[in-house]
Amino acid sequence: MIPELGQVALVLALALALMQVVLPLVGAARDNASWMAVAPPAAQGQLFFIGFAFLALMQAYVSSDFSVAVVADNSNSAMPLIYKAAATWGNHEGSLLLWVLILAIFGAAVGTFGNNLPPKLKARVLSVQAMIAVGFLAFMLLTSNPFARLGQPPADGADLNPLLQDPGLAFHPPMLYLGYVGFSMAFSFAVAALIEGRVDAAWARWVRPWTLAAWIALTAGITGGSWWSYYELGWGGWWAWDPVENASFMPWLLGTALLHSAIVVEKRDALKSWTMLLAILTFGMSLVGTFLVRSGVLTSVHAFATDPARGVFILLLLVVAIGGSLTLFAIRAPTLRDGGLFQPISREGALILNNLLLAVGCVVVFLGTFMPLFADVLQLGAISVGAPYYFLIFNPFAALLVVVTAIGPLLPWKRADLAGALQRLTIAAIATLLVAGLVWWLKTGGPLFGILGAALGTWLLVGTVVEFVERIGLRAPAEALRRARQLPRAAYGMTLAHAGLAVAILGMTGSAAWKQEEIRTMRAGDTVSLAGYDYRFDGVADVAGPNYTATRGTFTVTKEGAPVVTLHPEKRVYPVQGMPTTEAAIHTTGLADLYAVIDTPDAAGGVAVHLYHQPLVPWIWGGAFLMVLGGLVSLSDRRLRVGAPSRRRVMAVARP
Amino acid sequence: MKGGVMCFHHDSPAKAGVQGRRRGGGKAKAILAALLLLATASIAHTVEPSEMLADPALEARARAISQEIRCVVCQNQSIDDSAADLAADLRRIVRERLVAGDSDDQVRNYLVARYGDFVLLKPPMKPKTWLLWYGPPAIFLLALAAIIVYFRRRRGVVLAPKPLSADEAERLQSLLAGDGQSRDPV
Amino acid sequence: MTVAPDQQAGALSRRLLYLLPVVLFLAVAGYFLAALWMNRNPQEVPSALVGKPSPDFALGPLLPNVPGVARADLNGSVVLINFFASWCVPCRAEHPFLMHMAADASLPIFGIDWQDKPDAARAYIQELGNPYARIGLDQSGRTGIDFGITGVPETFVVGRDGRICFRQWGPVTDEDTAVALLARIKECRG
Repeated sequence: MIPELGQVALVLALALALMQVVLPLVGAARDNASWMAVAPPAAQGQLFFIGFAFLALMQAYVSSDFSVAVVADNSNSAMPLIYKAAATWGNHEGSLLLWVLILAIFGAAVGTFGNNLPPKLKARVLSVQAMIAVGFLAFMLLTSNPFARLGQPPADGADLNPLLQDPGLAFHPPMLYLGYVGFSMAFSFAVAALIEGRVDAAWARWVRPWTLAAWIALTAGITGGSWWSYYELGWGGWWAWDPVENASFMPWLLGTALLHSAIVVEKRDALKSWTMLLAILTFGMSLVGTFLVRSGVLTSVHAFATDPARGVFILLLLVVAIGGSLTLFAIRAPTLRDGGLFQPISREGALILNNLLLAVGCVVVFLGTFMPLFADVLQLGAISVGAPYYFLIFNPFAALLVVVTAIGPLLPWKRADLAGALQRLTIAAIATLLVAGLVWWLKTGGPLFGILGAALGTWLLVGTVVEFVERIGLRAPAEALRRARQLPRAAYGMTLAHAGLAVAILGMTGSAAWKQEEIRTMRAGDTVSLAGYDYRFDGVADVAGPNYTATRGTFTVTKEGAPVVTLHPEKRVYPVQGMPTTEAAIHTTGLADLYAVIDTPDAAGGVAVHLYHQPLVPWIWGGAFLMVLGGLVSLSDRRLRVGAPSRRRVMAVARP
Repeated sequence: MKGGVMCFHHDSPAKAGVQGRRRGGGKAKAILAALLLLATASIAHTVEPSEMLADPALEARARAISQEIRCVVCQNQSIDDSAADLAADLRRIVRERLVAGDSDDQVRNYLVARYGDFVLLKPPMKPKTWLLWYGPPAIFLLALAAIIVYFRRRRGVVLAPKPLSADEAERLQSLLAGDGQSRDPV
Repeated sequence: MTVAPDQQAGALSRRLLYLLPVVLFLAVAGYFLAALWMNRNPQEVPSALVGKPSPDFALGPLLPNVPGVARADLNGSVVLINFFASWCVPCRAEHPFLMHMAADASLPIFGIDWQDKPDAARAYIQELGNPYARIGLDQSGRTGIDFGITGVPETFVVGRDGRICFRQWGPVTDEDTAVALLARIKECRG
């Protein structure tokens, strides 16, 4: 009964969305206030119906209703409750429902809280948002109905892939989707602005919180996925340049560029067309990601079950949404007149360079991801593009970006003295050289990129601190405290985010450059040394979990005799799918991770053991956390809630 | 999808092989299979202790080469990272060739002769991959050039100031004459 | 303020520049559409051996009354080489097709038993019948790797010149695949 109601709710949502597309758009063109006013309640109604449908699907999972096809395919009565709930989005149909739910949440939020938006812009924004909703709801109802019933329900479900039965599952996809789908808001704002023919500082101010929210979520989602694969998949890797990982990275790169170029639009009334283009392309990348995962054109560990018919539908959505908006861009963008003039060496110039490097980075990832496909279509013979390529081609641009990021905030708007800025960064340069020397001395024989990565991270970290210290004027401490308190939150946000990036880069460098491992067959009582730690293997035992059985090993880890930790890696077997998984045992010292993995014992009683010492890996997660924190602090800046600038005098605040 | 299931050696239960997609077996099986493909990543131990070479220098070379060789039955993983049986076979072959005295390039060519360029995770430099290798730097330089041109053009654009009104012209005169009277700040 | 000619040209190139994104996007979308149209199984790795001479191999026999197979046996006639294994379910599904093909004596089928236990393989043949003129035992799997296979079943059509003419990936279980393969064999026969 409830699944059928869920389906009806989706149909109603589609009807509302259609209304939300037509009436506000026509109303805005004709100055019809009552038609424009349809948008917010329609958006709220959509949220209600889609929310209902989502809860209906979740109820089917939680109650193990195996007459619903997706539940039978992806759930099992022995599964713990949290995974039953999270399995709602662990498959194609359910994740699509999550997609439209988040789309509806953002739409309703703008409808409800966007009171400072001029009515025409608000109407058009919600109309465009509803266009996307129509596309996806139609896609779901026509090809991927989550509420399809089975004629003969099985006695029990096929179980969720054991890899996905993990707290990370509850967190990673919704966060990612908040990001992907959140950028739809920037897209809607851009298209609405192009329809209206006007982009100004106010527009940039209004679009910022939504873009920032999406960026924060996407950063958190990507980091969560990375962390999850690190501890779940058992080889200590956190990024594989897998096509679907890349599909989440590309909108992140463009979204970061968008955040920065919107600042220029807001402060200096420049870079308008480029910002429009970025807003369209960022969401375009989200849609391309959706296409990748669900159409089967590329193989990936992440891909859902594939079906060419679905692929064609999504491609159609993509062409209409992005092709349409890019055509609108080609027609309307030339009419946008830029205001402020500026010199190449200026903060605007630095932000342009930032955008250029991020965009080219995105091009690198795009080419690497899709070149095998293009080669295939053109019958050029199969090629593969993996980590070695990205390492060589992506990293140089990233390195240049890191160098610029330390300098940019020190440059004033309009016209800057580069030599002066660099002089103020002398202490950062000294720190960089010191660290590079230290690394070269400590890790002699280590890879060159280790030194470079450490140097870049240090440069950015110290440079960011220098900028902050200068801004609050640390020379006069009493004055500094007062200035620090008066500093706009967005300034803190920037400092935290840039510092977070630096820390994350140091973490990535440490793990990639100085990882150590020991692989051997061990018996109970054997000891092995790795990176100054001694691991004594104490044998294995059989344990049982709620829906699995496992072989559990024990390692006693000591450092120079002093006990450090006891590690319990496991090798689990989930009987329903007959699938084994490894549960790595990880201990973090803050500066490094101790990582242990075991295999099942062989006939002679020896156990194949993999031990890893991963320096600075925790700093990846820490750095990402700082970036997310910076974003949140920025988001809480009250100035973002200021309405159209005419309403109050905006005091000259120089920095974002 | 055309083609049917391909079978792989899955003798030992500890190592799940990759299973292809069942044709016509229904969505359920397809989803299951797709998830099983995900499973190959789960048991990813890299090299087994029994595979490792005695000579550490050769073993290091083997690991380095393995990281650039694609596991042909997996999704974008290297043979160093994959637990699939075929990946283990290829790892063994890499080590055999090294022990036989092949150079790194010869080992790679041995595998390319059998599986094509597909087996290399670092695309070889050929006309079909020029866009990959030269594209991004070229686009970067082109865009940089376009930006420089943009700046040059804007410097040429001088916005002509509006002519002064009679009132303003008078004020200007008195200011230049320095009559000392304070006026509204401009 | 009159617009100078070079400013007009500038305006035109500006307009073209604004068209670039949508043009590039449509090109990319075109590739995606072509990829969907081709509907290739993304797991299928194209064979690197097509057009090249058959790799060298010499495999001992599986059954007492059926000879083993080596490259020397490819002597100027078109031959099918079929990699199979007893543990492979699709190979069973494909077997009737092979039996049907075996009726044509002018197209011998050589079987190579890949990474299999000899007893199980013998039982497999005894149970299902023997379509193979020769059967080789490739327990280590090396010959398969030399042929660049990624699993079983895979079937190679070797031409008169000893070069690999075509590679069939996966089992032949439906009519379309069978018809396509037969057409290819006909081409290879010249």
